[in-house]
Amino acid sequence: MSNQPLIKVEGLRKLYPIDGGVFRKPSSFNHAVDGLNFEIGHGESLGLVGESGCGKSTTGKMLVKLFEPSDGSVKLQVGDSYINVSNIDRNSRKDFRRNVQMIFQDPYESMNPRMTIFDIVGEPLAVQDIGTISEREERVAEFLEMVGLTPASSFMFRYPHELSGGQRQRVAIARALVIEPAFVVADEPTSMLDVSIRTGVMKLMQDLAERLNVTYLYITHDLAVARYMCDRIAVMYLGKIVEIGPTEELLSNPRHPYTKALLSAVPIPDPRIKRDAVQIEGGISKAIDPQPQCRFYARCPIRDEHCKTHDHPPLEVKGNGMQVACYKVPVE
Amino acid sequence: MSTENVIEVKNLTMEYSTRKGNVSAVDNVSFSIKRGQALGLVGESGCGKTSIAKSLLKLLPDNAMIQQGQIVLNGKDMVPLPEEEMRKHRWSEISMVFQAAMNAFNPVYTVGDQIIEAIETHLPDVSEKDARVKIENLFRMVGLAPEMVDRYPHEYSGGMRQRAVIAMALSCDPDIIIADEPTTALDVIVQDSILKEITTLQDRLNMSMVYISHDVAVIAEVSDRVGVMYAGRMVELADTEEIFIRPIHPYTYALMQSFPSVTGPKRELVALPGEPPDLLHPPKGCRFHPRCPNRIEKCDQEQPEWKDYGDNHFCACWNPMEIN
Ligand SMILES: Nc1ncnc2c1ncn2[C@@H]1O[C@H](COP(=O)(O)OP(=O)(O)O)[C@@H](O)[C@H]1O
Ligand SMILES: Nc1ncnc2c1ncn2[C@@H]1O[C@H](COP(=O)(O)OP(=O)(O)O)[C@@H](O)[C@H]1O
Ligand code: SF4
Ligand code: SF4
Ligand SMILES: [Mg+2]
Ligand SMILES: [Mg+2]
Repeated sequence: MSNQPLIKVEGLRKLYPIDGGVFRKPSSFNHAVDGLNFEIGHGESLGLVGESGCGKSTTGKMLVKLFEPSDGSVKLQVGDSYINVSNIDRNSRKDFRRNVQMIFQDPYESMNPRMTIFDIVGEPLAVQDIGTISEREERVAEFLEMVGLTPASSFMFRYPHELSGGQRQRVAIARALVIEPAFVVADEPTSMLDVSIRTGVMKLMQDLAERLNVTYLYITHDLAVARYMCDRIAVMYLGKIVEIGPTEELLSNPRHPYTKALLSAVPIPDPRIKRDAVQIEGGISKAIDPQPQCRFYARCPIRDEHCKTHDHPPLEVKGNGMQVACYKVPVE
Repeated sequence: MSTENVIEVKNLTMEYSTRKGNVSAVDNVSFSIKRGQALGLVGESGCGKTSIAKSLLKLLPDNAMIQQGQIVLNGKDMVPLPEEEMRKHRWSEISMVFQAAMNAFNPVYTVGDQIIEAIETHLPDVSEKDARVKIENLFRMVGLAPEMVDRYPHEYSGGMRQRAVIAMALSCDPDIIIADEPTTALDVIVQDSILKEITTLQDRLNMSMVYISHDVAVIAEVSDRVGVMYAGRMVELADTEEIFIRPIHPYTYALMQSFPSVTGPKRELVALPGEPPDLLHPPKGCRFHPRCPNRIEKCDQEQPEWKDYGDNHFCACWNPMEIN
């Protein structure tokens, strides 16, 4: 392990053109991801939370190179140096593929229905040209056992539709981890699963991360799930990280008005506790050609003239390891 | 809350016939709801929640059969009623808010016209002008601008559409409303405002409600009483605080142990082994026995009895959790 981060994200942006087309230059852009800066340490799990449309999946996909950024960079440490993910040469491409994997929300959609479980889980090994067929078989069996699909022999040659949702997500996890990647982006991996099954899958992902020293970017809209899965949490609002810091500190002492609103809206599974009223105005929209002002301005319960006339506030250290993007949150 | 029961469900048993055999979706479920009371039905997907909702409204698909039981609404059993009779009770006595709010409205008519039609059908004495005033008031009540009455469904966001569906459900002054996962597809902040709206209105209009959700935390917030479903059966029924503080059934207990919370001390989450059964072939005896940590000998042979534990707390289990 090294003291340097595994992942370094700098000025990451993704703008989706709104109109235009083949012949016309688009004149309008959705700023889906707009200038993200963060790092993820080796073996760390960083949570990315926020309401739908805030840019979580787009960020995750840029980190695994499924999408190209409009601007900025993602760097991955391999050995002693960093490779620039969006500017990879041929040699680094293989290192990159070997080290980075993604788990999706709906395992069914990410699996070829005509492939057997063995083919699905073994595919990354085949692509990387790792081992002979029988070695691969052994390794796939080992990983199926590891994710709790036992005995492996009874799953190897079945098809995705023959498994339950929980079992399919276990297959997706085995597939992502079979080449022992350093970094995995998990995009809402448990949000389609029922509670009694979800907890098992969450625990499995934690155990394996520890055993195989995997680093996660864990995307979820569910703060309660993030509490259990993440060492640190980044809260996104319309393409911006508005607050980032250690999980328990962020949840017990939120500083940004949006984090506060989001947290106070989460129902509590204890009828004796009454939540505070949620302090937020209006509804969520999209950041289409946003004004040079705080992205949260229109909905903020504590906004003032300064927020209106100044550009979006920078993420700054405010205290206790928390970085917050808000003019009105004092430095402690 | 009064002592009068708006609805009494007795031994409701319902199956779907399929090519592979019969699916035992609701098995011998009983509960009653008083005026102004909210019953939460909680359980994982496939445990029969929507089947109960559709039975109560008698909006079942053709392959569904109510095998047994009564659904007594305001003193009258709905089960034997033919569709044209049932229609008189729907909306005006019992109405619903379903999850698929996207499809609740016809895209080619304004939302207002569709609600007016519902009112005219079910409350023939109300004039169109009065219906319109009524809708505008309802829209204000659910937090929609009255101008939205004349807009088309596509002009509504997800949260607004769900509010309009609630307004429609209330339009004929029902005694009871069935809400089946009405906020499941929504983000938390929108969910919060819809939940507030529903509970405030329910209180203000002294309406009864069945609130269905897989989300233990939502159920904790909206319900006066909670019924826990597992594999087509109700396994436990009690007042909300009681069931959260003193769960008796091992499944209820496990459900609460596996549910994460953002507040309070960070408890260790406990996972349940296995998965719910296929209701084409439900397990013999207690349907939870293949996953149950408390299982004893007779659990896989004999169906546990529905037992009264006092304080209006009922549970079906041969070897319940320690009660202290
Ligand atoms: N492939 C795409 N093309 C155009 N716009 C997109 C695409 N994917 C996402 N968006 C838009 O980008 C924004 C962020 O979306 P997304 O990253 O999916 O957010 P999240 O995962 O947080 O729900 C949204 O406004 C969404 O509509
Ligand atoms: N139209 C149908 N035909 C056959 N089986 C059905 C039908 N609708 C639901 N089921 C089955 O009935 C059981 C209960 O389903 P449902 O009431 O939808 O549960 P829930 O709402 O709790 O998820 C499940 O096993 C489901 O697969
Ligand atoms: S900068 Fe101003 S508008 Fe933005 S979150 Fe802070 S107080 Fe609200
Ligand atoms: S009846 Fe037996 S198997 Fe069923 S919940 Fe009770 S102890 Fe468990
Ligand atoms: Mg997403
Ligand atoms: Mg349902």
